[in-house]
Amino acid sequence: MPKVKSPGELEALRSSILKKRAPDKPVITICNGTGCQAYGSKSVAAAFFDEVKKQKLEAKVDVKTIGCPGFCERGTLVVVKPDDIFYTRVRPKDVPEILTETIGKGNPVNRLLYTDRATNQKVVKESEVPFYKRQMRLIIGNNGLIDPTSIDDYLAIGGYTALAKALKMTPEKIIDEMKRAGLRGRGGAGFPTGSKWESTRNAHGEPKYVICNADEGDPGAFMDRSLVEGNPHSVLEGMIIGAYAIGSHEGYIYIRNEYPMAVRHMSIAMEQAEAYGLLGDNILGSGFSFTIKIKRGGGAFVCGESTALMASLEGRVGEPRAKYTHTSEQGLWGKPSNLNNVETWANVPLIINKGADWYSKIGTKNSKGTKIFALVGNISNTGLVEVPMGTTLREIVFEIGGGIPKGRKFKAVQTGGPSGGMIPESLLDLPVDFDELTKAGSMMGSGGMIVMDDKTCMVDMARYYTTFLEGESCGKCLPCREGLRQMRCILDGITEGRGKAGDIQLLEELSATLVDASLCQLGQSAPNPVMSSIRHFRDEYEAHIKDHKCPAGVCKFVAK
Amino acid sequence: MVNLTINGRQIKAEEGISILHAARKNNIHIPSLCENEAVAPYGACRLCLVEIKTARGRERLVTSCIYQVEEGLTVQTDTERLKMIRRMLLELLLARCPESEVIRDLAKEYGAEKSRLVEQSGNNKCILCANCARTCDEVVGVAAISLSKRGTERELTTPFSADFSEACIGCGSCAYSCPTGAISFEDVKGKRFIKWPHNSMDFKLRKCTVCGQYWAPEKQIEYIAKISGTPLSDYEKCPDCRD
Repeated sequence: MPKVKSPGELEALRSSILKKRAPDKPVITICNGTGCQAYGSKSVAAAFFDEVKKQKLEAKVDVKTIGCPGFCERGTLVVVKPDDIFYTRVRPKDVPEILTETIGKGNPVNRLLYTDRATNQKVVKESEVPFYKRQMRLIIGNNGLIDPTSIDDYLAIGGYTALAKALKMTPEKIIDEMKRAGLRGRGGAGFPTGSKWESTRNAHGEPKYVICNADEGDPGAFMDRSLVEGNPHSVLEGMIIGAYAIGSHEGYIYIRNEYPMAVRHMSIAMEQAEAYGLLGDNILGSGFSFTIKIKRGGGAFVCGESTALMASLEGRVGEPRAKYTHTSEQGLWGKPSNLNNVETWANVPLIINKGADWYSKIGTKNSKGTKIFALVGNISNTGLVEVPMGTTLREIVFEIGGGIPKGRKFKAVQTGGPSGGMIPESLLDLPVDFDELTKAGSMMGSGGMIVMDDKTCMVDMARYYTTFLEGESCGKCLPCREGLRQMRCILDGITEGRGKAGDIQLLEELSATLVDASLCQLGQSAPNPVMSSIRHFRDEYEAHIKDHKCPAGVCKFVAK
Repeated sequence: MVNLTINGRQIKAEEGISILHAARKNNIHIPSLCENEAVAPYGACRLCLVEIKTARGRERLVTSCIYQVEEGLTVQTDTERLKMIRRMLLELLLARCPESEVIRDLAKEYGAEKSRLVEQSGNNKCILCANCARTCDEVVGVAAISLSKRGTERELTTPFSADFSEACIGCGSCAYSCPTGAISFEDVKGKRFIKWPHNSMDFKLRKCTVCGQYWAPEKQIEYIAKISGTPLSDYEKCPDCRD
């Protein structure tokens, strides 16, 4: 494959790719995301490839496997383009009918169409499905358009135009663009990305490192996974632009080893980008060089914390250190290092392409752009949801998520993963952004949203999260290690009918100590589930302790 | 030199030293268990937390054994908030190591005479501050012991949890650096016994060819000869009997 040596050659390559494609030729796209694979999407795809041959339809239709478009609840998802016909719960046995009816005769297969629960009407087009219609899918939307293992597909939808544009800008101008766009870190802390890049750029010391944190570990969160699996080039492009702005020539992507497809797709993307000269030496003839290595994480939740991740990258035990010296000054191997999360990197090409003025119009005053949430738990439409910052929880849960299944009532939503907080119904009109969630005693975290119905016991949920965090605490600092152990013991007691007067008080005191005294963010945020459930559902704790009753009927008490 | 204030006192301190060291040099006491000047700061016990206000007005809690002194810093080491945090931290330690006198005394000082928490057994006074392992690695240079596993399962152990650490030279630095007496050693009849929280090892001691006193473990002498590039024959006499 000849290397592309200038932005002009990149455009020529793009034109030649587009010329080979017939825009009107139907394409059947099959979701190959991890969720759909669990439904058997691999055999659906295989059936399509076989059946197209059998019916001799090669000239009439293309078949393509794509990344996760988000509507995991209804997998395996199949879309027939360009008419945008949307099929859900497709099984291999449905494949011949789709080909004969839709490709052969141009008719939709009614039984496979999505039924809108509100109107009980069939919906033909993907874009008309309420789940998608109310979203703003700037980042995740591209997953449905491309085969993640094909760089040509990414180039066909305008991939790497942002890189070509950025390489003509000065690094300072790019950083200024990021600052004006108001992009904040999507990994949870919400630190302004432009300022972080600037600090790393200005820090003394060489080499400088650029790191992508793909160590997604929250139970129920899978947006980073879906981005790396479904559109790895967008993350790569963001990293290359960031490296150029920061003045870095070496990068790392830290992907947890439990995400084999993410590792595979990212490796393929890197090889392809190198082959085209978009990664490696003298990128697009600009004189700028940048290489990336993939490091696989061993599965410790705490390694998502930046200093622990860097320790792990260095080959040491993944334990955090105090961050009084920022990693932008002394990070990986003591050198200036800029770490951003997958979704943050994926936002970068968009900002460069569309500009800070356009980007900063989306979202709220201090939280710009969109955010992808993993909507899971007791919710009708499980999946990935991308909405502008400031969208209310009610819109996400009820309008996009389709509300609570089985006719049950909404009780709470846990945002921010296991160390986020439980938000009750009274706060459903909260506009979701970094600051509002923190004010409500929860946090943005990486964007997990676990919905709970009225059959959920909040004390039991608090116990579940605390147990998870106790198991994931690295154990270095005293309050996190011993405090979580003690909190879990108390919660075990309450949920098993051994609760005592004073337990709530003790939980509150322990929580305050963890918040104030823990070494890293894991410990400092770990009491959130306990504190938020006491704050909003104190009566449930009291019912367990005083009356030995679990109002939700979840906890089984041992007879006293 | 930088100027800072600790508990209202104006202090001058060398640039680059920690708040804890600056306080100590000025006879201001900040409690700490995991701090050890011989090794890099670690920040595990959290007892040395202090309240600071920077010259720019930012207020927060920091670990005084790690945070370095800076111009215009205002430090409070013993506020009500800090006392409450320390009391709870000591309750946690008391629940972990009820048999440790050091912990009991410190807890008493902060009004935590009895822990309200679930008492554990079998930790043998070890608070997992890693002073021993850090000293063994950073000062001695052999890394014969380390902390293994994660979270509540964390423990001090030998490589692969074997009964015997091949790398250990028997120097006893771990025992000297342990703040709670969880590690101890004793020399009896030509042998040194090192007792760790979960196992013990013994080492043959070398006898001085002049006075006949046992003066150091054989393995430690071999190690010193090796790293200093001196012949083993230099170590036949104890330091007192050398010319």
